[in-house]
Amino acid sequence: MIYDTRPFKLIKNEEIARGIFDWTVENRELSKLAKCGQFVNIKVPGKTLRRPISICDAGENTLRLVFQVKGEGTEIMSRMKVGYEVEILAPLGNGFEIKDGKRYCFVGGGIGVPPLLFSAKQTKNPMVITGFRNKDLVILQDDFKKITDDLYLATDDGSAGIHGFVTDVLKEHLDEIDEVCACGPIPMLKAVADLCRGKVKCQVSLEERMGCGIGACLVCACKTKVGNEEMMTQVCRYGPVYDSEEVFFNE
Amino acid sequence: MSNLKVNLCGVELNSPLIAASGTFGFGREFAEFYPLSNLGGVSCKGITLKERSGNLPPRIAETEGGILNAVGLQNPGVDHFIKYDLDWLKAQNTVVIANIAGNTVEDYCAMAEKLSATSVDFIELNISCPNVKSGGVQFGTSCETVGNITSEVRKHCKKPLMVKLSPNVTDIAEIAKSAEFNGADVISMINTITGMRIDINSKRPIIRNNTGGLSGPAVFPVAVRMVWQVYNAVKIPIVGMGGISKWQDAVEMLMAGATALQIGTVLFNDPYAPLKINYSLKNYMEEKNISSISELTGSVIPW
Repeated sequence: MIYDTRPFKLIKNEEIARGIFDWTVENRELSKLAKCGQFVNIKVPGKTLRRPISICDAGENTLRLVFQVKGEGTEIMSRMKVGYEVEILAPLGNGFEIKDGKRYCFVGGGIGVPPLLFSAKQTKNPMVITGFRNKDLVILQDDFKKITDDLYLATDDGSAGIHGFVTDVLKEHLDEIDEVCACGPIPMLKAVADLCRGKVKCQVSLEERMGCGIGACLVCACKTKVGNEEMMTQVCRYGPVYDSEEVFFNE
Repeated sequence: MSNLKVNLCGVELNSPLIAASGTFGFGREFAEFYPLSNLGGVSCKGITLKERSGNLPPRIAETEGGILNAVGLQNPGVDHFIKYDLDWLKAQNTVVIANIAGNTVEDYCAMAEKLSATSVDFIELNISCPNVKSGGVQFGTSCETVGNITSEVRKHCKKPLMVKLSPNVTDIAEIAKSAEFNGADVISMINTITGMRIDINSKRPIIRNNTGGLSGPAVFPVAVRMVWQVYNAVKIPIVGMGGISKWQDAVEMLMAGATALQIGTVLFNDPYAPLKINYSLKNYMEEKNISSISELTGSVIPW
């Protein structure tokens, strides 16, 4: 079994920042399959489409999912009560490729930060750079502090941490790391990829409006260059993590 | 004993439920959930003569009770399908329907010719895709063009020929008659209804193609009405589709006149929907003492 849909019991639902919710859901069979950088597709009562959410962390029997309320579906999810059985299709997609013996830097922006926690946990002595619009949206700092001393916080308006972007921090430290794993808004990913080009390998995790979540319906397309060939690939199955050099960020 | 088997043009289906084109790829992703022999068949992702990369994203938008999509026929091309996907799918013990789309009548004919030499069970003529600039729906919206393409493809097609109709027409029964008269063996209907959503903050259409095709429960009553109208106009069997998401919908569509069914959008919500519908359909038949699905076809008693 690679993935399946099963009921997960919601055992924690907490608002950790304005409009950002922290779930823990329990299902032994599927949780143990999760790899870092993968995602799940959540059935929401009354909605035709499921909601794809990145895996923030995984335990033996549980998945941690941190999501932001963006529309009606995530709003319904935010109001689900502990004890509710949530139908979840998991785990999906190809996650970050983590190799032994390399020093990784994890760069996250906004709601792109959560999947980096599980990923950073798979590495030794990771550097973690997190960026947010302002102090009200800062999340997961205590979780990252538990796994690394090399943690940076930046905000666009300077209301918490460094006043600036994650790339301002990254460019000061590029010579200390071997590879970058990034997740966040497209302009941020593009800027990170530009900084890394020719210096360090960079993996980026993309977001796209999805349908089936398993690569059958072809709606979540990303224009990519694979080998010498330009093609549309499915973010849900070929991604969500790509080598940054494969991605056409402008199209 | 009730059973779900259906005979469509001499081809036996394990169930009336066929996976609808474009929602199921070539079957591999869903085979991860259950054996595809649970389905009556798989209508493959629409294929074209040459590979197509499809439209730029976003290609999907959710709507009340449905979705809009505009994938734009992304597919690896007919030769790739025959070489890499067909044998695998055929080995899953389900009926294979090759859905073909093209820019010209000649494209369709060339594909029908190639596919006639393979193990596919049906060829489904996609003359109703609303999401490509040329081809697709341009062939499907008048009796004349539908008649012409059907009769031309018929000359090259040695498989049962299914013609998939567009609902974006004034009189679908007349179009169905034209397909029947010109050699169609089966009508499949309905393709998606053209629609549009706009992001009120950016003033941009949510879908990059501006417009897309609406599917899901929202289109179901339209599909039932059209299947009923076509059932009353033609003699050839109808594969009914459009928003079927539960067993009651399946029964309703059969009563309207469908011999078999396709389901698509519901799979994104619940990939196990076909198994659940099969199970409940069988219960319903046993309860009502119905031995064969065909007894339901066209059994509506209109006022």
